[in-house]
Amino acid sequence: MAMATAETGVIGGIAARFRICPASGLKIDLAAQRLIKANAVAAIVFLAIGGLFGLMVALTRWQAVHLLPADMFYLVLTAHGLDVLLLWILFFEMAVLYFASAVLLNCRLAAPRIAWLGFVLMLGGGLLTNVTVLQGQSSVMFTSYPPLQAHPNFYLGLILFAVGALLGCLVFLGTLVIAKEEKTYEGSIPLVTFGALTACIIAIFTIASGAIILIPTWLWSIGYISEINTVMYKLVWWAMGHSSQQVNVSAHVAIWYAIIAILLGAKPLSEKVSRTAFFLYILFLQLASAHHLLVEPGVSAEWRVFNTSYFMYMAVLGSMIHGMTVPGAIEAAQRRNGYTRGAFEWLRKAPWGNPAFSGMFLSLVMFGFLGGISGVVLGTEQINIMLHNTLYVPGHFHATVVAGTTLAFMAVTYLLLPLIFQRQVIWPRLAKWQPYLFGIGVAGISLFMMGAGTLGVARRHWDVAFSDATLSFAYPAAAFLMLALNGLSAVMAAIGGALFVVIVVASVLWGKPVDASNIVESLGPMPQRQVGDAVSSYGNAGTWKLPGTYILVSVFFTAFVLYYFVNWKYLSQLWPMG
Amino acid sequence: MAIHPPEKRVWWNEPIEKDEIIWIVIAFLWGLVMFGAMVYWHIEGRQNLSTQAYRIDPAVFEKRTEAFTKQFKVREEGTTGIPVARPPAGGDVYMLSRLWEWWPVLELEKGRSYRLHLSSLDWQHGFSLQPVNINIQVHPGIEHVITLTPTETGTFSVVCNEFCGIGHHTMVGRIHVVEPGSAAGGKPQ
Repeated sequence: MAMATAETGVIGGIAARFRICPASGLKIDLAAQRLIKANAVAAIVFLAIGGLFGLMVALTRWQAVHLLPADMFYLVLTAHGLDVLLLWILFFEMAVLYFASAVLLNCRLAAPRIAWLGFVLMLGGGLLTNVTVLQGQSSVMFTSYPPLQAHPNFYLGLILFAVGALLGCLVFLGTLVIAKEEKTYEGSIPLVTFGALTACIIAIFTIASGAIILIPTWLWSIGYISEINTVMYKLVWWAMGHSSQQVNVSAHVAIWYAIIAILLGAKPLSEKVSRTAFFLYILFLQLASAHHLLVEPGVSAEWRVFNTSYFMYMAVLGSMIHGMTVPGAIEAAQRRNGYTRGAFEWLRKAPWGNPAFSGMFLSLVMFGFLGGISGVVLGTEQINIMLHNTLYVPGHFHATVVAGTTLAFMAVTYLLLPLIFQRQVIWPRLAKWQPYLFGIGVAGISLFMMGAGTLGVARRHWDVAFSDATLSFAYPAAAFLMLALNGLSAVMAAIGGALFVVIVVASVLWGKPVDASNIVESLGPMPQRQVGDAVSSYGNAGTWKLPGTYILVSVFFTAFVLYYFVNWKYLSQLWPMG
Repeated sequence: MAIHPPEKRVWWNEPIEKDEIIWIVIAFLWGLVMFGAMVYWHIEGRQNLSTQAYRIDPAVFEKRTEAFTKQFKVREEGTTGIPVARPPAGGDVYMLSRLWEWWPVLELEKGRSYRLHLSSLDWQHGFSLQPVNINIQVHPGIEHVITLTPTETGTFSVVCNEFCGIGHHTMVGRIHVVEPGSAAGGKPQ
């Protein structure tokens, strides 16, 4: 019933049409709402395509199935990386940026036309690169390391896409300025918006790095530049490629905070601590390019040690802080809601049947335990010698980007459906199982790829049996088992992913409309709020202790330390080299 | 709530609970430990990546590797007759990568250190020694010199683990490690 509640406001001479959100009472700019919808829909379309490609890759690696021929495998693998890592994630992030600015700040969106131009550029660029890859002229992998050369349109599409994303970032920043000028909120921006701002700042750094490397590479591909330095390419390309993953981290941490705020009434334990943790991301995450240069010739050891550790692990510190404050905020809220028995009643009685919550919590746990720990180990300068370019690398980043970011984005979509699309989730019983299917499938994908990588199996490799090689070799039998289990996990994740796409599309098309009468139930099951939101001013206020959270972080820390030193032990058994 | 502006305008003066501070301190110290571990390994550890690297014309590297192979060739191996080079223990050894082979095959002695020269003649390749699991990126135009000491005998494979086109998965090289003083020129295992 958007139009019935729409009002026209003339602010600063510019007309904007709003509706009032029945859940929060916030004014929602209809232009922002349309843009959030368009970006979310584009994101989910690319998730469906890229996810299908991912399934084909996993089924080819499963030696008993070995689905695709070699040329198709490399083509599909290139397209998989492009569609899910870049297009799905960034389209969704644009929706997040518009939501965290215009909607949360109760404000009109700055320059919706520019935002639409950005959307069109992103869509056009994304399609151009996709078509170029599918035509078979650009099976260079997502990273496109020179001297391996793609068709010029491969780079051109990426450049157009990046320009579009940059416009989206500028619209976000413009909206923050308007909200401040027009005093649509009191005091400081909400923590979620602060997290989105962190993501936006890193995104601008990322896009600038992308421009610095992709424009010369495009000129090289059409013959205007004779040579691209291969090490320099990796350094600058990964300033885009890895930093953009830090955009994802900032965005999905912001979403964790948003989901627990909406469903449980959770407040940050301390605004100061959580914001400082985001600020650490801005300061130090950009050094991550070094993670891809740990076994390259021509880079000094000091440079590698300093950069790979994000300046003495200051960015890891940021994530470890969120790793405590997010479950801590949940525990504090749940204890306020009355679940005070024992160390874990708050967790047992959490709304596990609500896909927004279960998706968020699985995302938190798997991002920390699987993605975070493996990332630090992989990024340890010397340990990287054992893991560089093995399947351990995709194992790690499927834990961060799929189990972490994608699952968090899926989770928040279950809230965007009623709040922005104004539709109820059409099959709540099915939706309840979706995060578990997808999450456990992805956990399997990550673990089994990491396992195969530990056994030495190369990534981006069509034939682990080396049947066409002139010198015979095969990886150990355990590696074949790992790849079969990886295939099975991928099937499970694909079912979960397909379910997500089908539920969202069907809900948007045929879901029951949401209005003031049913908005609260449309958000899914949530605990009874025992205490009003305004009682305490910050999450830790009062005498609440958080024993459950301390136990969780202790388990995490123990696992981290043990796994870290086990890898040093393995390294010490390698042939001496220097 | 996190979706609303902080309730207190001056949120930066709010106290931080002791337990939160303890976790932050632990996490910070752990970061220092992990940072120190990498530095320590450069001093005491025996597995560090060499930083010795030189710019080189791929044609020059090819010539040097060919001369090396000609000088120390002891036999041929595989269906295509790849030469096996057995250089004197402790010396310089060359291995080039190109679409899609590692060339030549090397025969080294256990417990002796070699200066391994790696470079590519065309695209980037990944030197992945299996099942030892040593992985080093190989770039065209850069000669990387790594001092390597095999500690076990046997036949080891060099897999390419950087995607290098349609024949990538057929690119396998080999390194034999034999007991010191064993006869050169024996039959391939």
